[in-house]
Amino acid sequence: MSKRVLDALIERFGADVYETHAQFGDETAVVNPARWREVALFLRDDPRCLMNMFVDLTAVDYPLRTPRFEVVLHMRSLERNHRIRVKARVGDEEGNNAEIDTLVPVWKGANWFEREAYDLMGVVFKGHPDLRRILMYPEFVGHPLRKDYPANRIQPLVPFREVTEKLPPFGPDEGMPFGRQSHDDQRDRTGEVN
Amino acid sequence: MSSSGGGTSVRVIEGSETGFATTRLDALLNWAKKYSLFQYPFVTACCGMEFMAMASPRYDMARFGAEAPRFSPRQADLLWVVGTIVQRQAPALKRIYEQMADPKWVLAFGTCASCGGFYDNYSTVAGIDKIIPVDVYVPGCPPRPEAVLDGLLLLQDKIARGDRTPGIVKPRRDPAVLGGNLDLVQLGKKTPAKGER
Repeated sequence: MSKRVLDALIERFGADVYETHAQFGDETAVVNPARWREVALFLRDDPRCLMNMFVDLTAVDYPLRTPRFEVVLHMRSLERNHRIRVKARVGDEEGNNAEIDTLVPVWKGANWFEREAYDLMGVVFKGHPDLRRILMYPEFVGHPLRKDYPANRIQPLVPFREVTEKLPPFGPDEGMPFGRQSHDDQRDRTGEVN
Repeated sequence: MSSSGGGTSVRVIEGSETGFATTRLDALLNWAKKYSLFQYPFVTACCGMEFMAMASPRYDMARFGAEAPRFSPRQADLLWVVGTIVQRQAPALKRIYEQMADPKWVLAFGTCASCGGFYDNYSTVAGIDKIIPVDVYVPGCPPRPEAVLDGLLLLQDKIARGDRTPGIVKPRRDPAVLGGNLDLVQLGKKTPAKGER
């Protein structure tokens, strides 16, 4: 059923739909990021699509590809009863210039999702009314879900205790049998980012 | 005063006839502190539901003198840190601890509060003892209510003894297997390698 939506999308946007595929019944289209909001408006308003329910928006990091990030949008039509996934690829190898139009004017619900993608991945949504961090604190430097964010870097807001009295009665090798065993010693506790 | 009929009589003891007991003042104060813990639940995650179960009639934490939860740090002297503490929450937790009036105690409820649990990432504080001193650690994800009550009793015992060193609720031998004399692995003890004794 959602195949008809893909056909309508290709009919309207032609070569700006880079590729389409379907997996497990989920139809997906990869589109030109420059026409991101046009695509969203078309999918919302066209009588063949009527995607009136915004489901999800997120970003995926592929550090070895040249457009590094994929912005993924999930929609559902409550009237036509079909769903579709649309992707756009943005950003260079360093994660710079990862910019795409905001979808808040199309669906209000996109607001927090775009803030989350900006916070954790660093994708900038142009025209967003309130593009701030939503999960991490404002002092946080970097975007923690990028795959080149160091796994053992923490940025504490309060300095950790350095006193030797009242240490926990278990050793540093206890408690996390599957984690990095020496993570307590290698961490940057000063909060500086190096 | 005596009753008019029957064989029983009641006499009021007065003045120098009453008995007395001797004790040390600190022991008396510790005894009083032990049974008047005013708790501040700092509940952040899944252990919170376990805490509610602990406070509800089935396990009834109130019977140990830890009756009244106070949601103001100035009126509390036992801080329960129940759940995962993230870096963003850490300043709030530290401030709450600093606002509590002395003497104050901290109980880390569950592995996340004790050592960060299975989180080893950018967001989670790997144990609240990185920020504030802890008196009792109760491991478990979530801990059994019996283990938490054990931790509370351990804390009361430490208060009565005036002991401020950190303690941990160790895993117990299961009474069901005691007959079989099956030793459980104890925390903090390395099992000897083969060939060693």
